[in-house]
Amino acid sequence: MDPVTLAVLKGRLEQIADEMDATLFRAAFNPTIAEAHDACHGIYDAATGATLVQGKYGLPIFVGVMAFATHAVIDKFPDAADGDIFIFNDPYVGGTHLSDLRLIRPVFRDGRVFCWLGSVGHWHDVGGAVPGNYNPAATEYFQEGVLIPPVRLYARGTLNRDVQDILLAASRLPDVAFGDLQAHLSALDLGVARMAAVLDDYGDNTVAEAFAELRARAAMQMRAEIAALPDGTWVQEDFLDNDGRTDTPLRIAVKVRKQDGRLTLDFSGSAPACEGPVNISRATTVASVYVALKHLFPEVAANSGVLDPVDVIVPADSLLDAHPPRPVGGYTETILRIIDVLFCAFAGMRPDRAYGNAYGTINALSIAGHRADGRRWVLFQFFGGGHGGNPEGDGLSHGNPPIATAIIPPVEVMEAAYPVRYTQWALRDGSGGAGRHRGGLGAIYEIELLNSAAEAFVFAERARFAPRGVLGGADGAMNVVRFEQDDGWHVPPLGSKIVGVRLRHGQRIRIESPGGGGWGDPQARDPQARDRDRRLGYAR
Amino acid sequence: MSGRLVVGVDVGGTYTDLFLYDDATGRVRTAKVPSTRGQEAVGFTAGVGALANLGDISAIVHGTTVGTNALLERKGVRAGLITTQGFRDVLEMRRRDRRQTWGLTGAFIPAIERDLRLEVAERTLADGSVLIPVDPEEVRGAAQRLLAAGAEALAIVFLHSYANPANERVALAVAREMWPNGHVAISSDILPEIREFERTSTTALNAVLQPVVGSYLAAVDTRLRAGGFAGELLIVQSNGGVMSVATAEQLPIRTALSGPAAGVIAAAHIAIAAGYPDVITGDVGGTSFDVSLIAGGIPALAAQSTLDFGLVVRTPMIEITTIGAGGGSIARVDAAGLLQIGPQSAGALPGPACYGAGGDRPTVTDANVVLGRINAARPIGGALAALDVDAAARAIEAEVGRPLGLSVTAAAQAILRVANARMAGALRLVSIERGHDPKRFTLMPFGGGGALHAGALLREVGLARALIPRFPGVTSALGCVIADMRHDRVRTLNVPLEALEPSALRAEMDMAASVLGALLERAGMAFVATRVEHELDMSYVGQTHTVAVPLLLAPDGSGLLTRGDIFAAFESAYRSAYGRVLPDAPVRVLNLRTAVIGERPRIDLLSLAPPADARLDDAQRGTRPVWFADQMHAGIWDRLALPVGAIVAGPAVLEQPDATVLIEPGQQARVDRFGNLVLEEAATAAHVASTHR
Repeated sequence: MDPVTLAVLKGRLEQIADEMDATLFRAAFNPTIAEAHDACHGIYDAATGATLVQGKYGLPIFVGVMAFATHAVIDKFPDAADGDIFIFNDPYVGGTHLSDLRLIRPVFRDGRVFCWLGSVGHWHDVGGAVPGNYNPAATEYFQEGVLIPPVRLYARGTLNRDVQDILLAASRLPDVAFGDLQAHLSALDLGVARMAAVLDDYGDNTVAEAFAELRARAAMQMRAEIAALPDGTWVQEDFLDNDGRTDTPLRIAVKVRKQDGRLTLDFSGSAPACEGPVNISRATTVASVYVALKHLFPEVAANSGVLDPVDVIVPADSLLDAHPPRPVGGYTETILRIIDVLFCAFAGMRPDRAYGNAYGTINALSIAGHRADGRRWVLFQFFGGGHGGNPEGDGLSHGNPPIATAIIPPVEVMEAAYPVRYTQWALRDGSGGAGRHRGGLGAIYEIELLNSAAEAFVFAERARFAPRGVLGGADGAMNVVRFEQDDGWHVPPLGSKIVGVRLRHGQRIRIESPGGGGWGDPQARDPQARDRDRRLGYAR
Repeated sequence: MSGRLVVGVDVGGTYTDLFLYDDATGRVRTAKVPSTRGQEAVGFTAGVGALANLGDISAIVHGTTVGTNALLERKGVRAGLITTQGFRDVLEMRRRDRRQTWGLTGAFIPAIERDLRLEVAERTLADGSVLIPVDPEEVRGAAQRLLAAGAEALAIVFLHSYANPANERVALAVAREMWPNGHVAISSDILPEIREFERTSTTALNAVLQPVVGSYLAAVDTRLRAGGFAGELLIVQSNGGVMSVATAEQLPIRTALSGPAAGVIAAAHIAIAAGYPDVITGDVGGTSFDVSLIAGGIPALAAQSTLDFGLVVRTPMIEITTIGAGGGSIARVDAAGLLQIGPQSAGALPGPACYGAGGDRPTVTDANVVLGRINAARPIGGALAALDVDAAARAIEAEVGRPLGLSVTAAAQAILRVANARMAGALRLVSIERGHDPKRFTLMPFGGGGALHAGALLREVGLARALIPRFPGVTSALGCVIADMRHDRVRTLNVPLEALEPSALRAEMDMAASVLGALLERAGMAFVATRVEHELDMSYVGQTHTVAVPLLLAPDGSGLLTRGDIFAAFESAYRSAYGRVLPDAPVRVLNLRTAVIGERPRIDLLSLAPPADARLDDAQRGTRPVWFADQMHAGIWDRLALPVGAIVAGPAVLEQPDATVLIEPGQQARVDRFGNLVLEEAATAAHVASTHR
């Protein structure tokens, strides 16, 4: 296909996904989608579900898993019809966790599926034991929320109200769930209309050819990047603090082998599936590999071709290959660790692309209670930290996690919405790992309850193992989570996981998030930069 | 002083554009002089002086990017920030974002560094109640420390001050007593709107700019007065309205997109006069393509803009979407074998390969030169004697032709196709993505290169036609002369619609209108008319994003509103944004936005028209080989010499000192009565002509 038409079509197709993202962000009700952009849209292959085109603003981790999600729908519904919309949150076939609702809709041409459109977003609450669904103590998914298998929400354009009723009944916040559902539908309507316009303009065959070509070119680009890596084997490991049940570290091991122009990422040696909710499905493991590779090679186009020259070996029944009913609610922590070990391995292969580890935990906080008039409130928020030092300079302070492009809601919006007061919102001095380019700083967040009583949960990691520096750079500071009770401040027994602590009026929760790992020998740091660090209090 | 001359001045990075209008005679003059970077006031005054006797000028209206450039280059002064205890890092923590989705590089340096950000013990809650009153002595101590540390301006930002500014006002009174200059501001005066990062950023950037913009405007004013100027000096704001120098010194942040906004204002005026009120503007500059949408003659406004990563300004601005695809954008073939245009740019130095200044990377301009579309012997702007066609061809051959196996000509065509596709994407972004049908819209290209791409963009996006203004290269300067005076104000209400008391809303509206009206009055200008507009930001309860809901009122903003009216207006705005409304969901009013507009006398655009004795034959400049799909003999014309009603069929190139217009085969251009060119498909034009007969 002529490269010029291809370049033109690529832009046009990406714009469709971008526009679907923007529609969902603006129309959604829950702040995790509307403000934190924990969502994603894309165009997927008619037969395989493989990712064809991805928007710029969607959550990176979803980019990888949506291919599996679409495949699950294709498998189950060979009779999909024009006007059907499928919905589900089953993490074992579609990746991630129960909070992420996926809507999949076919685009029909001449009576056949031409491609699929997907819209996925993190809903505020889908039932389960813990408001907001981050249950550090879950041992089965039943305690994490209600699992919806792939089902038809719309059949030939008609709403199946029974399905909608079940979805809404499962949530503690049905009005919010309904609003988010409408926003997903607006995004899909728009995607179908835009897709039809592109097909009418260019012809179905040309667009189909472009899909194939874009994938082939991403694969070619990835092969070129892999060819530039030295042959050899690099081994790395890191640990999760614990699974939220037993305080035992869980190994994430990887052996990266470059040979014959292919890359093999072998996760053998990683811990077996665990009792608590840090398991992830195989689909999620592959998706996190995709995210790490895209950060290391940002120029490669965002589609499934990226993984063509890459083999991923996931040991059966490890915590990277979870099956039901193993709990998966804390999947973010595990995939962040996969990305960390891959960054460390690549630091050896391509020092010019080495990143110190980013802060490596999302610090998911939920606080829930009832207002004076009896209405329920659920505050859910996740927090930032430092990025790793890198060849270009110091790591970014208070960045978002590598798996997300989420932004944090403002304090004033949170305080206007929930009965809490933030007493501190500051950079955490000295938390970035030293290095020729130091890690970015983590942050301190302290929140006081203004309500008479509430229950608090924190799902976090990196309280036992620090984000690592590379090429001689020092580690970033570890995560510190504390909470106040009548007898003073407490550190949770499981490091940084808090399960259902009762707070009373005036009591606080405090999170000091990790900084990023350093890059290169701290002795080689520019003396002026060192003086500036001291003057501004960045480093002690 | 005759008092009838008005001069618009747009100071850009390379050139200062000037536009003079004589209200008495309708006489018009334009000029382009080199900008004197760092000494902008010098070039400014010299340029104006060359156009007219300074003593004869009644008003000089100025579009300036001095402030934006200072921000982007971090060349502002040292400013200090006093803020709520526990929150001094808000400015540096941003909204926990990062520079790009993929790749974890790129740090951030805030506009006010950490050692100049101090905290005081004070706290207001979300409902406006004061939990901890501010201690004036603590503020005094903090301000003293900042002064000692060399701060020249001071920003005071307290949490929830939009809900209750009491603590900020106390702090302001103390700080004013002791601060040695007038550069002190509180966030509730600059932006009384919820969201602490956006409010802090806007207030802090304003503080950083105050001394820079203040001293610049003082220098301009002094030089002009010394030269005998006795009229009004006005500054164009990012919202497309003008303000007095006194207001600009207080709110320099409102000049962030001053020059580009003036261009859009001019476009709106020209388009309305020409009978095409639905317009998309496309400004092709050296490094970027700037697009904005004008529906029904009214430019779209954006509530917020990001000047660079983490530099957020929240103040109403003409919505200008920028992509990195301009004349200087570099073409390259990436590792996947795909041709990419931009965002890297050859800039002004070394510039495109054809400038012969050492650039060896091929650019969009080089492709236009190689294909014969730009006249290499007569470059626009007048800074270069001739362009180096061979250097352009060599660069294209090496970087695009060989890697893709294309001839130089085919490679140049490919560069333009991909560049046009990127520009088309930006046009779709502001039209189709916002629910506007491009078939209804007219493209107005401006800047030196805009009219080279207009024909291709019409076809690519499906726009109705292009309207090429008579002086595309000095459009922003023209906009300065045209712009009305305008002031905006936002106030956070944050109440459920069911709890909104219409009389209380009416009181808020009247208050806003009277504050803004007073600003208008203080400028001491005569207006043709004054207009007041009110808009509410509304959403369903629980949503965090809002839709803008214009309120239908009398032109002076008066009139009664019921909750039912407001609800109906909301549903209509919501449906047009998302294609559906939510039955039974409660609705909330977040902000009231008010604008007061003082309309300045309109300039008569007919004064731009070609002279009545212009003749088609006199405009003929022969032919030149130009590449389209094939090489063709294109007619070459002196654009400014074309008479009203002249029709030029493509392929043709129309040349003028500040721009080049390309007419593709199958398209034609007609000179309208204002001297604009109406470019459309020849078939469409013929059809329109026959139905009118």
